[in-house]
Amino acid sequence: MDVTSFLMLIYVFVLAIFVGFELITKIPPTLHTPLMSGSNAISGITIVGALLSAGAEEFTISTILGLIAVILAMINVVGGYLVTDRMLKMFKKR
Amino acid sequence: MNIAIEISYLISSIFFIYGIKKLSSPKTARKGNLYSATGMLLAIVVTLLDQNVLTFEWIIIGGVIGSLIGAVLALKIKMTGMPQMVGLLNGFGGGASLLVALSEYYKITYAMPLNTGVAILLSLLIGSVTFTGSLIAFGKLQGIVTGKVVHYPGQHLINVLLFIVVIGVGVYLLMNPANATLVLIIAGVSLVLGVLLVLPIGGADMPVAISLLNSYSGLAAATTGFILENNVLIIAGALVGASGIILTLIMCRGMNRSLMNVVLGGWANAGATDGAGSEGEGPKGDVKSVDAEELAMILEVASNVIIVPGYGMAVAQAQHTVRELMLALEDKDINVRFAIHPVAGRMPGHMNVLLAEANVPYDKLFALEDINNDFANTDVAIVIGANDVVNPAARNNPRSPIYGMPILNVDYAKTVVINKRSLNPGYAGIDNELFYGDNSLMFFGDAKDAIGKLTSEIKNL
Repeated sequence: MDVTSFLMLIYVFVLAIFVGFELITKIPPTLHTPLMSGSNAISGITIVGALLSAGAEEFTISTILGLIAVILAMINVVGGYLVTDRMLKMFKKR
Repeated sequence: MNIAIEISYLISSIFFIYGIKKLSSPKTARKGNLYSATGMLLAIVVTLLDQNVLTFEWIIIGGVIGSLIGAVLALKIKMTGMPQMVGLLNGFGGGASLLVALSEYYKITYAMPLNTGVAILLSLLIGSVTFTGSLIAFGKLQGIVTGKVVHYPGQHLINVLLFIVVIGVGVYLLMNPANATLVLIIAGVSLVLGVLLVLPIGGADMPVAISLLNSYSGLAAATTGFILENNVLIIAGALVGASGIILTLIMCRGMNRSLMNVVLGGWANAGATDGAGSEGEGPKGDVKSVDAEELAMILEVASNVIIVPGYGMAVAQAQHTVRELMLALEDKDINVRFAIHPVAGRMPGHMNVLLAEANVPYDKLFALEDINNDFANTDVAIVIGANDVVNPAARNNPRSPIYGMPILNVDYAKTVVINKRSLNPGYAGIDNELFYGDNSLMFFGDAKDAIGKLTSEIKNL
């Protein structure tokens, strides 16, 4: 990869951090636990990398690692979103 | 890479950002979570269409197993066990990143460009530390691993050395990309580092540890994004990384401690030296205790009551009983509010979720800065299973290890009732002068039993 496209990735990373700071500071303390579990589910985005590893044409050590990664990332994604939803539906006004 | 797939990843990123934005109010939060999940589904589906994904049997097997485990965990876990659950999920995220980094390394070994090499190195380090660190945090919260502050000689030196080993071997790897043993050494040492970093952290510092690990799990995903040159991983990872860091800082501010101090297991040190004075002084007087019947009569004539819940309420699973108390008091036309300290419980927002589970409306819950000035106009403050976060020593004893920590000023209320099982000091191991205050009444007993008894006494009035 050339330097320019690598720099673009850094750009995206830095800007996303700033967006994150802006968004998260506006979230009220009462929702901090669902925020954690919900953002946790988002970090399961590693599933994309796991799928690419597990779905390779030839079966190699990379595929096995990918398979385990798919399992872990799916627990993270499914568990994270479901438990967040379970919590958020309990928050009611009087 | 295919343009359509790239654009779909962009749409996924927008869903994530919009989903988090919707979390800014309890009214829209559930929808926000749904948006975020939609973004994830989209990312998964388009990845399956990627030309590099050619065999599906392993994906299906892994996907089904992972989804089942995730769903069972999410639906079975009790609300009081939420900190463990989040800890465990953090760990799985970190573990997945670690494995993806390893897998990518084995794919490209001989042709590893420098930037990919650096990304793999960071992903291995952060992913591993998140994985084992979170498992230890889970163990501590679940009671499998000791919740106490653990000290052993040279612990900081060992951690620093391990870190230097990881970086040193990492640099050597960048010069010799073909040497797979180096990768395994990096991963192995990082896994050990994760254990050693979290092991010393005590139970009450868990809100900080869990938040920090949350941030790491995001950063691990972002580093995998750098390996795969994939923007959606970088964006999603950066959002989570930022979120975890903000929560970590809020938790640290709630304890008036620096991140370094928490990570190094500071309070026990402070207690051993600075805290000696407060221990030596011994009890500062007699405590007055009260039974349910007397307390009901005191509450009957009150018009403003603030309830301060702490970890003890979670341990006793008393949130539903506490709601019954709220209803009984409201029946007598008493205004009831809840004051939530930022570090009450074992993770950010822990008390809020428990009270929401018990159907306490969220507009009755107030953060420290929003309610602290109202204690002076409050007839009765009821402290349920909280200790250090209401200790006036934080305000007026410069020698106390918790001096400077923001506390809920319950002692300014006309009467303070403290429900506690015994007079044992809190996590910080320091005596609480609140118990000996002139306006303080101890209401001994397990939170569930004691508050239950109190509620029926109030109903009988």
